[in-house]
Order: sequence, then structure tokens, then C-alpha cells
Amino acid sequence: MKPFTYHRASTLTDRPAGATIIAGGTNLLDLMKHEVMTPKALVDITALDLNRIEAHGDGLRIGALVRNSDLAADPVIRRDYPLLSRALLAGASGQLRNMATTGGNLMQRTRCPYFYDTRMPCNKREPGSGCAAIGGVNRNHAILGASPACIATYPGDMAVALRALDAEVEIESPAPRQVPLSEFYRLPADTPDVETVMRPGEIITAVLLPAPAGGQQRYRKVRDRASYAFALVSVAAIIGMENNRIAHAALAFGGVAAKPWRDPGAEALLIGQEPSDTLFGRAADLILQSAGGYGGNDFKIPLLRRTLIATLRDATGMEATA
Amino acid sequence: MQISLSVNGTSHELTLDPRTTLLDALRQHLGLTGTKKGCDHGQCGACTVLLDGRRVSACLTLACMVQDQPVTTIEGLGTPEALSPLQQQFLDHDGFQCGYCTPGQICSATAMLKEIAAGWPSHASADLTGPIALTHAEIAERMSGNLCRCAAYANIVDAIRQAAGAQGDAA
Repeated sequence: MKPFTYHRASTLTDRPAGATIIAGGTNLLDLMKHEVMTPKALVDITALDLNRIEAHGDGLRIGALVRNSDLAADPVIRRDYPLLSRALLAGASGQLRNMATTGGNLMQRTRCPYFYDTRMPCNKREPGSGCAAIGGVNRNHAILGASPACIATYPGDMAVALRALDAEVEIESPAPRQVPLSEFYRLPADTPDVETVMRPGEIITAVLLPAPAGGQQRYRKVRDRASYAFALVSVAAIIGMENNRIAHAALAFGGVAAKPWRDPGAEALLIGQEPSDTLFGRAADLILQSAGGYGGNDFKIPLLRRTLIATLRDATGMEATA
Repeated sequence: MQISLSVNGTSHELTLDPRTTLLDALRQHLGLTGTKKGCDHGQCGACTVLLDGRRVSACLTLACMVQDQPVTTIEGLGTPEALSPLQQQFLDHDGFQCGYCTPGQICSATAMLKEIAAGWPSHASADLTGPIALTHAEIAERMSGNLCRCAAYANIVDAIRQAAGAQGDAA
């Protein structure tokens, strides 16, 4: 790890210019040990009063320092936003969920092995150096929204649920704002080093949830082992049924792009329809029409299709038809 | 920088580089070598300690960030003369082979049983709000952050179930 100065912030603005924010540290310290990130100054924000879950209009305001384990276990989250609990519980380990925070989880970096290996080219880590994942080991890389500069995925689960839940990110800055999760992450294009809309000096203070969506909520995660692994593909689904027809659908996908993926066209296609495998297959076709593999991750295209169909069968109450 | 740490009920004043992890502070500066360094990247669980009673990875924790929180290590859970219930059950059930992961397993399980008592669900729980049965699947999921290279998992699960007073042989 490279040397850094350490400052413990006592207020939101008590942050030295240019200092990198640390809270849970589960990803940042790992990246610092690998010298992928080499901040000269750290500002520890864990003493700030950002660790409450409170009512906010018809929804909730989740403080940026609420730990993943506390959020997953919160009685109101479990009752009204079960998708969020499920996504959090599908991620990391008991130890890491106790450490990781809501804001930090949003800001976690990709787990692309070439991003982590400082001897390899990586446009995200070192703009202009190239992308070693294209033509390299890319089993866990993007099939949607990638670019010739970068095919890394956003690795998290929580943000995928938040995308389906239409959450917003509350940002403190000279110009405070609330950014819908749909606009928070950026696709790589030719600047994969720019991952979010966060500007220098800004800090996430909370995540805002709208009123509970109701319906059937599912988070289905497919990974290489049963626990404690990143998603190959994940599906967050909120489905409302009326008279055996789909009245409401929100679908977000993890492990397939540089951001939680969502396709309004596929959701619109489901609305008003009776659930069927044919219908679900058409929705998958729509989502995947622009999908492309890079060799090692070609399997994700049929895997996403099958995972979506299985999740929709479950959420719509269809009997599994083997 | 000057750092004060409270470990197993004792306060310590240390002069440490800000880069020092809680794991290195415990092992290198306080001589508490019960906490083990496995991967040093938060993946294996060998360094698990209790911070304010909650299990965390000491390797991904900066010592300077936890000065106001009490730390409990394996040395603080029991002594050879007075083992904690989990320590005793790991012995009785042969819950280890080489023993390297054992302090982390026991610290992790100690906190994990409290999480269950508090009603925290897991990925393996069928119901997010219902009672939690201490099944093999629940324990395996909740302990997935602790790897055992000797694969003593079957006996680790038995030891934890016994320590928790679980009855029967739920799948």
C-alpha cells in the first residue's frame, strides 16, 4: 500500500480537498493493497451522522453509512422492499456485509482481473493503455453496453435491486442533487475510467426509495458457487398481477453490463399479457437484441435468457413447465 | 500516528503508520497471533474478529478507523482453562484439521449465532420475516465467508449446531 494521510471527518464538509472517501473500506483497501488505487489522502466519514433509515415521503431515506447487514435485516426493508433485502443477502459474506456501507456499495469498482493486475493494460485504470479483457479471459464480462475500450461489469447486487425499485441517489455538493439510479452509472464508451456521474468533492449522503412497489419481488442470482461469489447473471424482478395478467413489471439485470441494466421496452411488452414462456422469451429477445459476447462470456446470453424466464415463471405464479 | 485500541477489554496506546490494518496491529504490534492472516484480501475469513460484537475482516479494516470500538479476538472469547461453548464444541467435534482457519471460524460463528438470535435472515432463509431454523443450509450460507482448506466443514457445522443447542438432524 502506498502512504497516505488520514483524516477523520467530523462534519460533511470537513474533508480535505482531493481526499478519497473511505467508509467500510472493503473494496477500497483491497484496491489500495493491489496499488490499483493510490490515494494520497483518505478521509474517514464513519463518524458522520449518515446511518439512519427514516421515512421520506411515502418511501424511505437510507443513510449512506447504513451497513449492508443492517439494511438487509431492517424490519421495514424486509416487509416493504424484500427485493432489496434479497439482493443484499445474495452478496458478499457475513463479515463484509457488516462492514460495507450503502454509499460505498454503490461506488464499488469492477472485479475485472485486468483492472486489478497493474502489469496489464486497462483503459479503466490507465486510460489509453488498452483492454486486455478483449481477447483475454473474459468469462465474467459484459454482454450489453460494452465498448471497444472496456468490457468490464459493475459487480454489485444491491444497485441492481435499487434500479428495479426506481431508487435515487442523494448527493451533497456545492450543487446538491438527487440522481435517479438509472442515470447514476455511465456506460464505458471511450472513457471507462469515468464510472458514475459523481464529480470531484461530491459525497453520497443517502439512497432514496419511493413508495413500496408491492407485487411479487424476486432476486435471482446465478454464480459459480452457491455463496460468496459475484453474479454471472442476476435478475431483479417486481411483478404485479391482476386477473392473471401482468399489470406491473420492473426488471433489472446484474453481471451483464457496466451498470444495472434495464429495458423499458421489455417491461412494456409484458404489461397486460397473460404469463407464458412464449411471452417471456419475446421479452428476453428484446433485451438481448443488442447483446454480444467476447468468447469467454458467450454463455451469458443464453444464461440471461433462461434466468429471466425462470424468474418470471416464479414471480407470475406460473407452474414450472420443466 | 498515535492510535488507541481496546482489545479484549484492555486499552493499548500504539504509534502506527496509518496503513496498518487491524490485523497487523493485533499480530505485529500487540502479539495477539491467534487472529490469522490468510489471503489478506477479505476472501478467506481467517482474520475474522469481533468489532463491537459484530464479525468483520480485520485485514480490510484500518486500525486508525476503529479506535472507538471494542475489539474481541479469539484470545478474548475463552482461555484453555475456560473455553467458550463454541471452542469446546470445535474440540469435541474435530471441527478442524490444521487449525489455521479455526480462530476465524469460531469468531465468525460466535457473531453468526447472535445474528440468528436477532432474527437476521440469510440468503438461505425461505422467509425473510419468519423464524430461522438452524439447518445445515443456513449455517453453510452464513459461514461462507470462512474458508477451510482442510475441508472440515461437516464437523464445523456439527460443532456450531451443538453449541447453539440445535436438536435433531435437520437437513
